[in-house]
Amino acid sequence: MEPVKPHTHDETVTSLNNTDFYKHQLRVALRNCGVINPESIDEYIAFDGYSALARALTEQTPAEIVEIVLKSGLRGRGGAGFPTGRKWQFAADAQNDVKYVACNADEGDPGAFMDRSVLEGDPHSVIEAMVIAGYAVGAHQGYIYVRAEYPIAVERLNIAIRQAKEYGFLGDNIFGTGFAFDLEIRLGAGAFVCGEETALITSIEGNRGEPRPRPPFPAVKGLFGKPTLLNNVETYANIPWILQNGWEKFAAIGTEKSKGTKIFALGGKIRNTGLVEVPIGTTLRTVVEEVGGGCPGGKKFKAAQTGGPSGGCIPAAHIDIPIDYESLSSIGSMMGSGGLIIMDEDNCMVDIARYFLDFTVDESCGKCTPCRIGTKRLCQLLDKITGGSGTMEDVELLEELCAHISNNSLCALGQTAPNPVLSTLRYFRDEYEAHVIDKKCPAGVCKGLLQYGINDKCTGCTACVRVCPTGAISGKVKEKHVIDPAKCIKCNACMEKCRFNAIVKG
Amino acid sequence: MADTVKLKINGMDVEAPQGATILEAARQIGIEIPTLCYMKEINAIGACRICVVEVKGARTLVASCVYPVAEGMEVTTNSGTVYKARRATLELILSNHRKDCLTCLRSQNCELQKIAKDAGIQEVRFHSDNLEPQIENSTLHLVRDNSKCILCRRCVAVCKQNQSVAVIGPNDRGFDTHISCAFDRNLDEVPCVSCGQCITVCPTGALTERDETEKVFLALADPGKHVVVGAAPSIRVTLGECFDMPVGSNVEGKMVAALRRLGFDRVFDVNIAADLTIMEEAHEFISRVQNGGVLPLITSCSPGWIRFCEQYYPEFIPNLSSCKSPQQMFGAMVKTYYAQKEGLNPEDVFVVTIMPCTAKKYENHRDGTSALDGIPDVDVALTTRELARMIAHSGIMFRDLPDEEPDEAFSENTGAGVIFGATGGVMEAALRTAVESITGKELPDVEFTAVRGTEGIKEAAYAVGDLNVRTAVSSGLANARKLLEGIKSGERQYDFIEIMGCPGGCVNGGGQPVQPQTVRNFTDLRAIRAKSLYDMDREKPLRKSHENPLIQKVYEDFLGEPGSHKAHEVLHTRYQKREKYPGVKV
Repeated sequence: MEPVKPHTHDETVTSLNNTDFYKHQLRVALRNCGVINPESIDEYIAFDGYSALARALTEQTPAEIVEIVLKSGLRGRGGAGFPTGRKWQFAADAQNDVKYVACNADEGDPGAFMDRSVLEGDPHSVIEAMVIAGYAVGAHQGYIYVRAEYPIAVERLNIAIRQAKEYGFLGDNIFGTGFAFDLEIRLGAGAFVCGEETALITSIEGNRGEPRPRPPFPAVKGLFGKPTLLNNVETYANIPWILQNGWEKFAAIGTEKSKGTKIFALGGKIRNTGLVEVPIGTTLRTVVEEVGGGCPGGKKFKAAQTGGPSGGCIPAAHIDIPIDYESLSSIGSMMGSGGLIIMDEDNCMVDIARYFLDFTVDESCGKCTPCRIGTKRLCQLLDKITGGSGTMEDVELLEELCAHISNNSLCALGQTAPNPVLSTLRYFRDEYEAHVIDKKCPAGVCKGLLQYGINDKCTGCTACVRVCPTGAISGKVKEKHVIDPAKCIKCNACMEKCRFNAIVKG
Repeated sequence: MADTVKLKINGMDVEAPQGATILEAARQIGIEIPTLCYMKEINAIGACRICVVEVKGARTLVASCVYPVAEGMEVTTNSGTVYKARRATLELILSNHRKDCLTCLRSQNCELQKIAKDAGIQEVRFHSDNLEPQIENSTLHLVRDNSKCILCRRCVAVCKQNQSVAVIGPNDRGFDTHISCAFDRNLDEVPCVSCGQCITVCPTGALTERDETEKVFLALADPGKHVVVGAAPSIRVTLGECFDMPVGSNVEGKMVAALRRLGFDRVFDVNIAADLTIMEEAHEFISRVQNGGVLPLITSCSPGWIRFCEQYYPEFIPNLSSCKSPQQMFGAMVKTYYAQKEGLNPEDVFVVTIMPCTAKKYENHRDGTSALDGIPDVDVALTTRELARMIAHSGIMFRDLPDEEPDEAFSENTGAGVIFGATGGVMEAALRTAVESITGKELPDVEFTAVRGTEGIKEAAYAVGDLNVRTAVSSGLANARKLLEGIKSGERQYDFIEIMGCPGGCVNGGGQPVQPQTVRNFTDLRAIRAKSLYDMDREKPLRKSHENPLIQKVYEDFLGEPGSHKAHEVLHTRYQKREKYPGVKV
C-alpha cells in the first residue's frame, strides 16, 4: 500500500507574528491572552504566573517593590498617565491601619475593550498584581470594580479568584509568609463616570456613582475613608511582567517619558480592526498604515480619534506623531484608555464632535453645573450647526463654553468633555465654517445641510422614481429627472440605485 | 505641623487655620465668595461651581468651598477668568431654571436671584429651556417644583445627614438628573416625616411650604366664624427676621399687634398650652415612675419626631408621652373650654396657629385625636413665613407697630412655656414642675443649664428626692436615631427624654424664616434665637408652669386635675405604627 502523500501548498505559510498586523506589536499586557486557557490557573502558572508574587513575598520588601515599579516608568493606563510607582508610593506612605487596593475595570469608552480582553483572557495577571500591590502598600483587602455588561470577564474573574484561593494565593498566610489579602468583585451598572476614580470609590461604597472633590486624594482618603490604591486593569497586567523580567527590560521599551507598551482598540475606517499592543512611541502612521492596513476602499485617511469622548482628533498632517502621553496632549488629544478610531474623507468632523458630545451628555453624572448643563448646551450648539442654522456667533460661543466646561468642571469627565470639539475646531475649523457660512457639509454627512440633485448624466431610466419612498422624483421617460427638495427625505435610496452617477448630493 | 498656614488672597497676606477652606480664609479679609450648594459640614460637595477661584499652579479653577488652604498658596478671587467663569456658570444655571420670579414665593429671598443680580446678569446666551411648572404636592406640608431646582442637593443633605430620613435624592443622571424619591414615588408614598428642614435650606423656590394663607384670609372675612389665633413660643424670636430685623429680635408685642390688625377675633398665646403640656407631662412622668410605667418617657411635642417614631421606631411608641403637642392642646382648649365659657358653638370657632413647623400641618390631620368628634382641634397651622406674608400683604407696618398684649381668656404663661422653643426647653420646664411636685419643696434655682445648648445630644442626671432622674435631650432626627439605637443596645439608659425633630428645636424648625446659607454657614441661628427665649424666661415673674394662675383656674373650672379623665379626653392622644412604604410589600 502506498503511503499517503503529505499535503503540500504552493505558497509559503507565514507565521502569524510576521503578518503586518502582528509584526509591529509587542505583547506585554496581552502576553497570555489567547495563549493560555484563562480558566486554568495551572496554565497561568506554567507561564510563570504567580512567580512574581512568590518572589515578592518571600524575597523582596514592600519598599523594594515600590522602587521597582517606580523605576520601570510604568504610567497609569486608564488615561491620565500618572506614574504608577508614585501612586504606590503615596499609598504606601499613608499612615493607616486599614488600606485598600482597587482595580478599575469600568471600561467605558465607546468601542474600547482592552480591559475586557485582559480580564477575559488573563484574569490571574490582574489578581497576582493586586496581591503584590496589597503587599507593597500594606493593604489586605482588594476590590475589582467591573461593569456588569462584561459577564464573561466577571465569570472568569470569579473562577480565577476561586482558584487563587484554593491554591493559597489569596486569603490568609499567602506562600506561608503570614501576609493576608482578599479580593472581592463589585459590579458597576455601566456608568461611564464610574471610571473616574472618586466616582468609582463612591460607587463601591454603595452610593450613587458620582465624583467627589480632590483633595483629599484616594491615596490619602479613599474607599470608606481609608488610603486606597487604585489602578486600571491594563496597568496591573503589566506588573507581574515587570517583576519577572526586571524594570530595566520594561523601561527599555517606549520613549524617554513613556515606558512600556500600550494596547489600542483600533476601529473605524480601517482594514484591520481589533486590539493592538505596540511599544509606546510607535508612530500613528505605523499603526494606521501597517498594523491597520490603511483605510478600506482606497479612501483617504482624514483623522484618528484617541482617548474616546475625552480625547481629540489627530489630523492626517500629524500622522507621523509618536503615540505617547506628552506628544498626544501637545496636539490637543490624549492617550486615554486606548480607543483609536480612524476616520476617512467620508467623516464629517463636526458630526464626529457632536457624536461624542451626545455620549458625554448621556454619561455626565449630573452633579456639577458646567458638565450637567454645559455639555447639553454644547451639544445643542452643535446640533444647530449641523442642522444648518448655526452662525459664527454660535461658533464663538461654542469655543467659550468649551473653555468654561474644561476649566470649571468637578472631575475629569467634565474637564475633558469639550476635547472632541476643541480638537476638531483646531484642525478642522474650515468644516465648521462650511457648515455655518456656506451651509454645506463637505463630507455629505449632516442631513440638515444635504441637498440631492440630478445632473446631466441622467438617462431618464426611471429607476430612481421607483425606489423613492416619498415620490420626490419626477420626470418623463428618457428625459432628465428632477428631485423636489420639499419632498426629499435624504434617504440616499436614489443614489444607491442610479447606475449612471447622475444623483449628486452636497 | 503648624496650626496655621500663610497664604495670599488677591495679593493680601492671610493666616488661616490648617484645614480651613479658601472660602473661609477669604472671609478673614472681608471677602464673601458666593455659593449655592455649600453647607458647612453638611453639604461640602463642590457641585454648583459658583465659588470657583484661581489658585496659582492649579490646572483648573477650584471650588473654594471645599479646597483646603496650603502654605504659600496664591489665590485670586477677582480675576477676569473668575469673573467670566462665575457668570457663565450662572447663565448655565439660569438656562435651566424657571425664571418666573414675579410669581415665586421666594422672590427677593432667593439666593440664586441675589447672586445673579449681584453679578449683573442681563441675558442668558445659551439655549434656555422653556420650563413648565413641575409640581409635586402630594403631602400636606410642602410643594416641590423641580422647574426651579438647581440641584444643589442641600435638601438631600439635610434629609440624610441631619435627619437620617434620606427619602430624597438625585434620580436619573446628566441633564435629566432631578431630585425626587426612590423610583420617583411621591413624597406621601415614602417615610418623609414632614419636618420641612429641606425647605429652609433650599436656595430657590423649588421647595416651599404648602401655603394655607388663603384659607385664613377667607375665614377672617367670614362673619360667621369666630377666628382665634395663637403663636408658638419660638415665633416671637424669629418673625422679626422676615422684616429685616436682626436674628433673635424679640417681637412678641409687635406680633400680637400684627395678629390683631389682621382681624383675628381673639389673639391668644400657645405658650399657655405649653404650660398645660408640662402639667400633663410632668404628671405622666411622675405617675410612670411611681407606678412602674414604661420608661424612659419620651416627649411628644414635635410632630416630625412623632412621625419618625411611628414609622422608623414603632417599638418606642409605648415610651411616648400620650400628651398632645402644645398646638393641639391649644386648639382643643379653645374649642372646648373657651367656646363653652363664651357660649360659642365649637363648629363656628376657627383656630389658627402660627408654628415654626411644617409637620404641624400634617399633625392637624392625624386621625381621630381631636377633643370633639368630627371637629379638628386646629383648623390651619401657618408657618412663620406664611404669617409674614399675610402681614406684608395686609400692609401692616410691622416694624412700626406698638407692643400689644394678647387677649386674656387664654394667654397668660410662664417662662417654662417660653423656653419650649429651644432644644432642652421642654425638659427644663418639665423638671421645674416635676421636681417640685416630687420633693414638695421649692427649687432654689429653676435653671437646669445642663440641658441647654445646641449640641445634638445632651445628658444630665438629677437627684430628685430619693430618685436619680437620668435625662437626655436630642434634636435633629439623626441624633434621635443615635439615642434610640443606644437605648436598644443597652448602652444608654434614661428615665426621661426630650426629642425634637429639628436640629436646635423649634427655633430652627422647618417653618422658620429662611436665611441664606452665607448666613447659616457662619452664624449659629439656633443659639441666637434660643438665647432670646432664655432671656424672656429670665424676665418672667413666673417661671414654673404649675404656678400659672390661669392654668390653675383651668384645672379648677374645667379639667379637674392633671391626668384626669377630662384631661385625657381633651389633651391626650394615641399613636400607631405606620408603614414606611404603604402598599409596598418588602
